[in-house]
Amino acid sequence: MKTQNNRAWLFVLPVLLLVAFNALIPIMTVVNYSVQETFGNNQFFWQGLDWFQQLLRSDRFHAALGRQFLFTGMILAIEVPLGIIIALSMPKKGIWVPVCLVLMALPMLIPWNVVGAMWNIFTLPDIGLLGYFMNHTLGISYDMTQNPIAAWMTVITMDVWHWTSLVVLLCYAGLVSIPDAYYQAARIDGASAWKVFRYIQLPKMKTVLTIAVLLRFMDSFNIYTEPFVLTGGGPGNSTTLLSIDLVKIALGQFDLGPAAAMSLIYFAITLLVSWLFYTLMTRDDNR
Amino acid sequence: MAKITLSQLRHSYLPNPASPDDYALKQIDHTWQDGGAYALLGPSGCGKSTLLNIISGLLEPSEGQILFDDQDVTHLPPDKRNIAQVFQFPVIYDTMSVYDNLAFPLRNRGRAEDVVRQRVTEIAEMLDVTAMLETRASHLSPDNKQKISMGRGLVRNDVNVVMFDEPLTVIDPHLKWKLRSKLKELHHRVKATMIYVTHDQTEALTFADQVVVMDLGVIVQIGTPVELFERPAHTFVGHFIGSPGMNVLPAELDNGGARFAGVPIPLEGPITGSGQRIEIGIRPEFVSLGSGGVTGRVRKVSDLGRHNVVEAMVGDTRISAIVDGPVPEQGAEVGLTFRQDQTRLYADGWLATEARP
Repeated sequence: MKTQNNRAWLFVLPVLLLVAFNALIPIMTVVNYSVQETFGNNQFFWQGLDWFQQLLRSDRFHAALGRQFLFTGMILAIEVPLGIIIALSMPKKGIWVPVCLVLMALPMLIPWNVVGAMWNIFTLPDIGLLGYFMNHTLGISYDMTQNPIAAWMTVITMDVWHWTSLVVLLCYAGLVSIPDAYYQAARIDGASAWKVFRYIQLPKMKTVLTIAVLLRFMDSFNIYTEPFVLTGGGPGNSTTLLSIDLVKIALGQFDLGPAAAMSLIYFAITLLVSWLFYTLMTRDDNR
Repeated sequence: MAKITLSQLRHSYLPNPASPDDYALKQIDHTWQDGGAYALLGPSGCGKSTLLNIISGLLEPSEGQILFDDQDVTHLPPDKRNIAQVFQFPVIYDTMSVYDNLAFPLRNRGRAEDVVRQRVTEIAEMLDVTAMLETRASHLSPDNKQKISMGRGLVRNDVNVVMFDEPLTVIDPHLKWKLRSKLKELHHRVKATMIYVTHDQTEALTFADQVVVMDLGVIVQIGTPVELFERPAHTFVGHFIGSPGMNVLPAELDNGGARFAGVPIPLEGPITGSGQRIEIGIRPEFVSLGSGGVTGRVRKVSDLGRHNVVEAMVGDTRISAIVDGPVPEQGAEVGLTFRQDQTRLYADGWLATEARP
């Protein structure tokens, strides 16, 4: 016999309230804006799904979405392999372990807008260390306020510098949990270094790597502060990622309806991709 | 298949060993005959795993040589030695099927796929895992995983030696027994030299034809299970093998005989050695209670089901006796007599009597 105890609801209530206030209610206000038009004075006009239709057909949105996928794709393609390589080459024991760990953790501890400001100054053509070196020592023209390619390279490099550590630390945690016997058995079985990686290290890192990719996907897909401080979305619109564009529409043009519709679509895409990725990665385990 | 010779082997984990205590292995000279089933038995920290890792090549000895037949392999890496090793915790390649796991050592050595298929099928049949060949290895139970680890060791038919490093530690008790008999059966079928490391005497005695007992980095005795039980060469072996272990009683020499607690004790034969510390060794199986002999007081009686173990105190010395019949009360005074042909003298721990022919 199961006994019903309604007092349990009492314990769930605080969480419900918390989630309601920090997630459900804000999202519902966004939903509210997305289907209406307003001209201020707290006057609203019903708009239906017009904003969504408009947005999905808009070239500006397509361009920003394309840039966003390009950015996320590129940083994942660099940070994941690079993170694995660094984790593999880090010492497993000895006095260098804490040194490496602290060095790795440092970039992640710096506030995001500081990272943007640092890289901005670092790459200034006439006074920045990197900018001066490229332009005046190497003689390569490099100015991210003028050249879209330079701007993209800088944004990508900055993100790689800031966040590869996360992948490294997660992979490293996975690697050190592999017992020595696995490596010894592989040596006796005559496995090559590649096979050790493919059949021992990679499978043991799979769970943490899934988490790492998921975190990096979500963070980079929603990235705002660093590129905003670094390039402000420029030159032109060349580094205007989704969130930068969203803020331009919402706070620059004060188009609350279209901005709300864009927020919801943005959110849906992030959620969908994360869910797809996680489901695909964990499907194997239950087979 | 090969005869393995260890010659003047010493190993220390310290960079500059000075005293003998710095050595995990003090001095090992031993030959493992081709096709033998050996057990390496000893308490934790006695150096048995070190010795195993030296034979497999995972560790290079500080001094000495290892020969496979007549070839010096001391400095060869594990994959060049053609050996197999099964570890304490099952090592399997999670993402592969059972079939691919078993085929892995052969494929790494570039064997043709039809040879691989034939060997894997054969080994799978021996291990009773044919039905799971297509399943993913990560879904197996621990005992089946350990079977697959063993299978990977046995799949190459040219291995010099298969080594087992406490392979049954993580296996459930009722499956331990099954796997142990399986191993014994496998040894008969594949005829490879096998070395089985364990601290469990039952495992060692059931598996091996020859048991090598180690303590503190030296080999204390090598013998068949019966020899180890009946004539321990060292008091350590007496203690370590048998349950309860051999009684070791402080004694003194007196006119070519030995006395314990003032009572002359008849020994199995003439005394052949002497030393600082003289002890009498007698197994509890050969101590009988009655009147006469040494007088002791019963301290504890434990009922082990099949028989009783009576613990009696003679002064400060405890003597255990295995008794089949009725047992005395706790606190009662009993006379303890030792069967003469099983009573031995130890000098400084080493056997110092000879059996009468």
